[in-house]
Amino acid sequence: MRRIGRAFAVAKVSGRAALVVFVEAGDPDLATTRRLLPALAESGADVLELGIPFSDPLADGPVIQRASERALASGTTLAAALALLAELRATGFAAPVVVFSYANPILAMGEAEFAQRAAEAGADGVLVTDLPPEEGRGFASILKSAKLDPVYLVAPTSPDERIRRAGSLSRGFLYVVSRAGITGTRAELPEGLSALVGRVRENVPRLPVAVGFGVSTSTQVRAVAAMADGVVVGSAVVTAMEEAVKDGRDPVEAGADLVRALAAATTKG
Amino acid sequence: MPEATGTRFRPPEADAQGRFGAFGGRFVPETLMAPLEELSRAYKDARRDPAFRRELDDLLKNYAGRPTPLTYAKRLSESLGGARIFLKREDLLHTGAHKINNALGQALLTVRMGKTRVIAETGAGQHGVAAATACALLGLSCVVYMGAVDVERQALNVYRMKLLGATVVPVMGGTRTLKDAINEAMRDWVASTATTHYILGSVLGPHPFPTMVRDFQSVIGREALVQSRRTLGRLPDVLVACVGGGSNAIGLFREFLPFREVEMVGVEAGGRSLAPGEHAARFGQGSIGVLHGTRTLILQDADGQVLPTHSISAGLDYPAVGPEHARLAELGRTRYVSVSDEAALAAFHRLAEAEGIIPALETAHAVAWAIAEAPRRPKSAALVVNLSGRGDKDVVSVARREGVTL
Repeated sequence: MRRIGRAFAVAKVSGRAALVVFVEAGDPDLATTRRLLPALAESGADVLELGIPFSDPLADGPVIQRASERALASGTTLAAALALLAELRATGFAAPVVVFSYANPILAMGEAEFAQRAAEAGADGVLVTDLPPEEGRGFASILKSAKLDPVYLVAPTSPDERIRRAGSLSRGFLYVVSRAGITGTRAELPEGLSALVGRVRENVPRLPVAVGFGVSTSTQVRAVAAMADGVVVGSAVVTAMEEAVKDGRDPVEAGADLVRALAAATTKG
Repeated sequence: MPEATGTRFRPPEADAQGRFGAFGGRFVPETLMAPLEELSRAYKDARRDPAFRRELDDLLKNYAGRPTPLTYAKRLSESLGGARIFLKREDLLHTGAHKINNALGQALLTVRMGKTRVIAETGAGQHGVAAATACALLGLSCVVYMGAVDVERQALNVYRMKLLGATVVPVMGGTRTLKDAINEAMRDWVASTATTHYILGSVLGPHPFPTMVRDFQSVIGREALVQSRRTLGRLPDVLVACVGGGSNAIGLFREFLPFREVEMVGVEAGGRSLAPGEHAARFGQGSIGVLHGTRTLILQDADGQVLPTHSISAGLDYPAVGPEHARLAELGRTRYVSVSDEAALAAFHRLAEAEGIIPALETAHAVAWAIAEAPRRPKSAALVVNLSGRGDKDVVSVARREGVTL
């Protein structure tokens, strides 16, 4: 079994959901990200999503938009993010990493070139926000032949047929977008979430299912952990780091503290 | 020139995925895929429905003021001493630009789909005004996203939208221009597709927008073709139009595409210079990439980050171009040139003084190319310029630029 699948399996036998944590590469700079990834893994993140900054992040709310702007301002590129990952792998960093990007930086590098470089850098999976199966069928095969796990998103608007297609292309896990909307923290989980997760499981029985978008508090993590195999938290961690920087505290410590608290809530009641 | 009877050019049609060759498609978050599929079906259905077409034709004629005339620019042509210049007068439409053709079509479609809320993006404000107008007419609520920089330079249109009952949301992210307004409109739409239709204003974005907007704008060329035959006794030699996303250009070109003897020129914003960030010349300086849901020519750096753009005209200040234009250029059927801010401004004045027509600054780019080109062609030649919009909205900013206090 590959590293992402193993992380989900280990979480499952431990009676909890896997905690998947999104951070933006280079926010506020790559030196911070270098310290951040191992710290988050030690604090209980089972899988890390490494966001690649893009000038036009149209699926993201204000928190990740700002993170993306900070990362671009510090000169972060897809190539630099992969180089950072390679460096970390050389030091023994072993947590599974999903590269999370918009399509254009990957297309600019070239899909095959990207797959090769990501695999060499030690990435485990790839998720491209704006590359649905129709546009990325060839891409999923490219990733698989580079021994990378393609991860696709399904949404409340996805009919069963699309969910099955996303499931058949994905490896490692399937990402369920909890609600129709952009990334960012929300006060409440959407009402139909458990039905949505049930519908996804019926259509894709063979893959772990992780739920993200708008999951930010321990209470929400606990609720999602009860119904899914994985919980994705992004904007909440990015916000904790942003506030720490503003207050002159260490963003890595702030991120790790939050992840520790959220990890404690992943146990299936 | 007699109409050639040789092989006709076959205009590109999008395939089921919305691709024009390597361009187009649907590069959007999963949440939008099913709603786009639904929109494609609704549009296809509407297109085939004679009642829908009758209703739209009626609004275009009795509300918007179609058909628009094809005006011979006599004094301008004679002063240039070459080809005759004709103007397709979209500036005479209600709201002052071609944008109303598409806004009315999509607003009718919104009603047909049972949705009650409309969102739109706008650059120069012309599409925002058109969308707000169509929504007022049909009783739909309307939110227009507009880059904060554009809100500033197009203050008149902002107030017009408010008078029409629309809410204008200034967008503070990114470069604060048209591209960021589209980002924000997409963010709204991802969360609101159940009740809301996004009236995209140009031949951009994910399928079916490029095809749908083109179809709604093709009325320009259908009229111009008949008018050319009537006025000239033949087809024109050259069609010229400015290209931001490219909706007025494709609207004029589309019906003429089969006739290879008709040359077609799209004019992009050459801005201050062709240095990165100083222009919006995608054909000269761009490369293939994905922005706003479509694969097309975009201005980007080597890492795939979209570059800032500049143009004196907000409507051309955009880093990507409609995918069908990219395909037509690849096929060699159309060509694209750029015109600087200064040349556009000079054309703005010249058309006003020679013909009594103040063009929009966007449109002035096409006029500038025609002014430069006409003397190189014989008097027997005919150029048709799409006079896509009127310049009232630009009067204040031109005055300010020229140091005139109003």
